[in-house]
Amino acid sequence: MCVITSEPDPQRTSEDAAIDGGSMSRTEPVTTEGGSGTPVVVLRGITKRFPGVVANKDIALTVERGTVHAIVGENGAGKSTLMKILYGVQQPDEGTIVIEGKELTLRTPSDAIAAGIGMVFQHFQLADNFTVLENVVLGAEKLHGIGDRARRKISEISDAYGLGVRPDALVADLGVGARQRIEILKVLYRGARIIILDEPTAVLVPQEVDELFGNLRELKSEGLTVMFISHKLDEVLKVADAITVIRRGTTVAEVLPEGVTARDLAQLMVGSELPSPSTEESTVTDRPVLRIESTTVADPLGGRDVLTDIDLTIHAGEIVGIAGVEGNGQAELVEVIMGMREPASGQIVLGDIDTSDWHTREIREAGIGYIPEDRQRHALLLEAPLWENVILGHQTDPVNLTGPGNTLIDAAAAKRETQEIVDLYDVRTPSINVTSGSLSGGNQQKLIIGREMRRNPRVLVAAHPTRGVDVGAQAAIWDHIKAARRDGLGVLLISADLEELVGLSDTIRVILRGRLSGDFDPDTVTKEELGAAMTGAADVQPRSDEPDAVEPDAVARDALDAPSSHPSRREAPPASPTERSQP
Amino acid sequence: MTTRLGVRRILMGAAAPLLAIVVAVVVTSLILLVAGDPVGAVWAQLFKVPLPRQIVAIINAGTVYYLSAIAVAIGFKMNLFNIGVDGQYRVASFAAALFAGQGWLPGWLNVIVALLVAMASGALWAGIAGLLRVTRGVSEVISTIMLNAIATFLVAFLLSKTAVKVVGSNATNTKPIPEGSRVPGISLDGLIATPSRVYGLIVLAVVVGFLYWFVLNKTRFGFDLRATGRSETAAVASGVNVKRMVFTSMLLSGAAAGLVGMPLLFGQDYVYGDTVQSGLGFAGIAIALLGRNNPIGIAFAALLFAFLDAQGNGLQITAGVSDRLVLVIQGVIVLSVVIAYEVVRRAGIRLEQRTVAAQLAEQARTPLEGARS
Repeated sequence: MCVITSEPDPQRTSEDAAIDGGSMSRTEPVTTEGGSGTPVVVLRGITKRFPGVVANKDIALTVERGTVHAIVGENGAGKSTLMKILYGVQQPDEGTIVIEGKELTLRTPSDAIAAGIGMVFQHFQLADNFTVLENVVLGAEKLHGIGDRARRKISEISDAYGLGVRPDALVADLGVGARQRIEILKVLYRGARIIILDEPTAVLVPQEVDELFGNLRELKSEGLTVMFISHKLDEVLKVADAITVIRRGTTVAEVLPEGVTARDLAQLMVGSELPSPSTEESTVTDRPVLRIESTTVADPLGGRDVLTDIDLTIHAGEIVGIAGVEGNGQAELVEVIMGMREPASGQIVLGDIDTSDWHTREIREAGIGYIPEDRQRHALLLEAPLWENVILGHQTDPVNLTGPGNTLIDAAAAKRETQEIVDLYDVRTPSINVTSGSLSGGNQQKLIIGREMRRNPRVLVAAHPTRGVDVGAQAAIWDHIKAARRDGLGVLLISADLEELVGLSDTIRVILRGRLSGDFDPDTVTKEELGAAMTGAADVQPRSDEPDAVEPDAVARDALDAPSSHPSRREAPPASPTERSQP
Repeated sequence: MTTRLGVRRILMGAAAPLLAIVVAVVVTSLILLVAGDPVGAVWAQLFKVPLPRQIVAIINAGTVYYLSAIAVAIGFKMNLFNIGVDGQYRVASFAAALFAGQGWLPGWLNVIVALLVAMASGALWAGIAGLLRVTRGVSEVISTIMLNAIATFLVAFLLSKTAVKVVGSNATNTKPIPEGSRVPGISLDGLIATPSRVYGLIVLAVVVGFLYWFVLNKTRFGFDLRATGRSETAAVASGVNVKRMVFTSMLLSGAAAGLVGMPLLFGQDYVYGDTVQSGLGFAGIAIALLGRNNPIGIAFAALLFAFLDAQGNGLQITAGVSDRLVLVIQGVIVLSVVIAYEVVRRAGIRLEQRTVAAQLAEQARTPLEGARS
């Protein structure tokens, strides 16, 4: 159901199109569907096949001018494929695209840009060491030059839509929210009238999300059309004028935000009972399995310490969740526990043994399971068969070894082990001899979870264990973690998904600029409280050496009430310090 | 299913080198046409059946090439580009010749210890590059190139210090290895009619090839090494000490490189002199690439290169074309094989993804599977 390959592959597309031969020529008269406004985008019968998988099937979608149209669906439902088709990155095998009344064939993104379609990708495509101006004109030098004319144009657009972008600011100095506004400005600068935003809120904290929504309302009021891809239903309900639900590659419903609840939408997305991450009764014991004591990690490049004075205890049967905006030290925290990074001071105690100067292999042998954030880079050998991937990380485990002094790999045992993992963890694969790279993300992740859990670790370090995984697999992964926790596993859970954190964790800590906040109780904490702690608006440690800034919370409320009424927008939430103490 | 995948893998594996050879023939023919040389005569010479004497020469040259390519392949498996095999084998050959020539040890013992000396010297020379890489982050490509140059001068210098003068000759050689420590050739009597003999140390190539296969594919160490080569990040996260792995594999690559000159030393030359064959290390790179780092594939590639070398000798006489043309052919083969492998590799990945997806779709169509989420 999801696209397996990691790189876009034009060759495959053409092959596939060739197989389908001829079905492209279908044309239909352009009609307006129950529309009160003017349809600017009409998609009809869009079908896109990847080898063995239909990513999109018979998609029908009508978007009206001056609206925010949300497209929701779970991971792998085909939202991104659809948007790539609309942006000319991929060509549909069947179906028609009608933009502003004209039927078009979009072969490349340039075609889409020419048709007035702009796309803001989830991962920003900005050069850090360039100014805003330079980033905006890059690749569009012919439009308004690269000098004052371009600068004036940028200021003009920024003012017209209330984006609050300063053309001469260096991108490296800007925060995530501001960078996203630059991306939006980039597409407006290129003349886009239809803007596609791919999961724009994934990288934002709640306050920034509200700001973004303010911007979107402004775009809409100026007659632009926004297509908003998301699987976060609360947000969708807040901002969208119309919602299209995609399930298993096809459009299953078009609803108006009035009169539907997030739960209704979720049911439409999943098509069945919703999984829930919430844990039942507490299994937390008072037996610490992993203690991190006043640990500091220096920046190898000589900047500010990446982790400062971390104190963290995980007990048997406890899940400690770490919330935070990405890049605030989560990766370093994981690496220092796993022995991939040396602490400058402090100690990491597993059971009652100090492991801070141990090597990764010894730490894994001592019983820490590890689910890395980036499974393709850190957890898998993509070109190796599944059974070799099951050995990976457990090369010294006697289970996988044989021969004198356990120096030989026991392939037969590893294959048996792999088969059991495939069965128990429901890894969908035709064989244990296929390469791990040929599995879908969710199945790769289930294999990794199985591999780590099968060794009965004392502690599990799980970074984003369900990222990019479909709902079914997500529920299964949560169940496995919960089951192991009942048996006394201590878990460090790092996640960008607040719902997952709140639902699974027994304790939540927030990480900000390498420091950990105090404990939050997941039963009582609100998303706004976490969001404030994540941006430093409600920091537990007041600091005097840094300038005060606009309180994000207030900005957010402003944005909600009156999107166009506040002049001073925050430029840089996480990168530039905006801490202040709360009374 | 498994066997079908296996057969397909072998076919895919053979497709690239065959394709590369075809491309090389086409490109070389074009070059000959442009240069106005006789295309037909050249291929007739290159592809004629070799004489029995030449077959032995091909096997012997192939043996040396094989060892060199295995040395390079050890590095390749780790994503290390050991360009320094050339320098390493010359340092090692010199050291082994110097040692064996003294005749301190009797007979076979002298040979065995000399082989160990060669491996140690090759490892030492490669180890310098390995050490620089893990401690200072110096690219092994740069350091081994430089070490090649240093090796040339160092060996020449040491040779001039230790050489024994042969009356009536300008050659500078180490002291010849005593009769009792020479490795006799293997006669092919009964198979082909020729008095020439195959190097006795062809056994060494077979053993090294087997060890290469066994250690890489069957041992824990080999697993770590292959994992590091496939994904350094994943290897680190799995607990592999990558620095130690880089250093160790440089040492192993150097040790294998140290053996490259041994069949020649003990089976033909018996001395190390200033006339010793150079460039074997560079040929090893090409052969390892052509053989896909596979011990069997490398054997075929080594024999192909040796075959072209041997057949090329007659080019000047029969076709009036320089035997250097063989180098062009070999170069084009390697160039096209690198491209062809990448094309075939990507096609293979795509094909497998397609197969897996199709099979899963097939499974999902059965009612029970489809209902599960």
